[in-house]
Amino acid sequence: MNSRKIRVLVAKPGLDGHDRGAKVVARGLRDAGMEVIYTGLHQTPEQVAETALQEDVDVVGLSILSGAHMTLTPRIKKLLQKNGMNDVLLLVGGIVSEEDAAELLKSGCADQVFTPGEPLDKITGYIREAINGR
Amino acid sequence: MQQLVTELLQGNRRAAARLISQIENDDPQKTDLLKEIYPHTGRAYVIGITGAPGSGKSSLVDCLLQQMRSDGLTVGVIAVDPTSPFSGGAILGDRIRMQDHALDPGVFIRSMGTRGSLGGLSRATGETIQVLDAYGKNLVLVETVGVGQSEIDIVKAADTTLVVLTPAGGDSVQTIKAGIMEIADIFVINKCDLPGSDRTAAEVNMMIDMKNGESWRPPVISTNAVSNIGIDQLWAALLEHRGYMEKSGRLLETRRQRVRRELTEQVEYLVKKRIWDRVKEKIEFNDMVEKIVQHQQDPYSTAHELLEKIKFYNGIVGEDG
Ligand SMILES: Nc1nc2c(ncn2[C@@H]2O[C@H](COP(=O)(O)OP(=O)(O)OP(=O)(O)O)[C@@H](O)[C@H]2O)c(=O)[nH]1
Ligand SMILES: [Mg+2]
Repeated sequence: MNSRKIRVLVAKPGLDGHDRGAKVVARGLRDAGMEVIYTGLHQTPEQVAETALQEDVDVVGLSILSGAHMTLTPRIKKLLQKNGMNDVLLLVGGIVSEEDAAELLKSGCADQVFTPGEPLDKITGYIREAINGR
Repeated sequence: MQQLVTELLQGNRRAAARLISQIENDDPQKTDLLKEIYPHTGRAYVIGITGAPGSGKSSLVDCLLQQMRSDGLTVGVIAVDPTSPFSGGAILGDRIRMQDHALDPGVFIRSMGTRGSLGGLSRATGETIQVLDAYGKNLVLVETVGVGQSEIDIVKAADTTLVVLTPAGGDSVQTIKAGIMEIADIFVINKCDLPGSDRTAAEVNMMIDMKNGESWRPPVISTNAVSNIGIDQLWAALLEHRGYMEKSGRLLETRRQRVRRELTEQVEYLVKKRIWDRVKEKIEFNDMVEKIVQHQQDPYSTAHELLEKIKFYNGIVGEDG
């Protein structure tokens, strides 16, 4: 029996105090059969990377509504790499302009960017495909 | 020795994390890894924390981590949350309350879903304890929701078990499951800021006095895990119980029983696995089922026939042919 489960860290780095969206996504991922580690508000990049390491997740999903995605995302990516987690999937969700999204993808900081209102199926489908396609 | 195990013994966090994943995923290499880890285990003291959902277990772990760290002890935490029986997924949220310790190199926290496999949870937890033990943690805390048999089984892996109760919502002593009462070495009445907490403590004390004839009488400690009240007393009680376990020889006896159980389980697991592997290769199991359904055969003689066919009675099940 293969009991391999996709493990996802849903993290809220930065200062914004809204985690409704992050919780909706967390529930969606759970309902798609994934194990979701949820750590609450106001995480520092260091906390996110260390949690990802200890929990040995396949995916890190950042929910950033504060507009600080262009500083937080590269910082977290770098810390993950420092921890030897080069192949962890890094996703960003939040209010991200098209230019910013393109830049994050191009620089390799994020594997995918999702903006509010995108259907959950799209996120779960993307994760499944990316992880199982390895 | 395998690379991951060498790294684990050197204190590598990533190695610890990845070994735990291999255990959880029932990796084919798992048994070999555990064999190499085993000689390095047996030093950590294991504390189980169980209680109703929302009773404050994770908040208490957070408070205890503070105490343990200031006493210079390193700690591994295993936080178990239920897996959804519908999707197989889980939201593991215990870490929310433990964020103060997220970056402390002396603390390693791992969240686990129950994953619903029969008896599998307690095994994975026991094996994860071994990883954290070999990794060098002085203490291992295991948090589980106290609702089912599997959670009670996990607690059997603990040297000291805390049962967390609250005064809230008619959660009165009468409604507490018998099995849970029996496993408590220490009772915690958490949320002592809420009304009715003194009464709950008194009820628990009364119940202990009625039942307890053992040399250890479980203390009843009132705490408020949000304001860090009563944690000194709780930590003192934990140390006292540990002292009692060590001096009275109970620790050795508890561990002997655990080894007895684990060895029994392992033997039975291997025997069963061998039998069913052979049945898969050799026997048309479904034909047998059909014959019994059609009442051409009875299940009792068929079971013997099956074991006959895989040469079980010759003692060579799993050997050559
Ligand atoms: N008033 C009060 N609230 C508390 C106390 N301890 C914990 N809480 C609150 O109770 C809620 C649940 O706390 P947790 O520590 O997550 O409880 P838990 O038992 O780990 O919960 P599960 O893991 O979901 O079963 C949180 O909102 C806490 O802030 C306390 O002593 N007093
Ligand atoms: Mg909890």
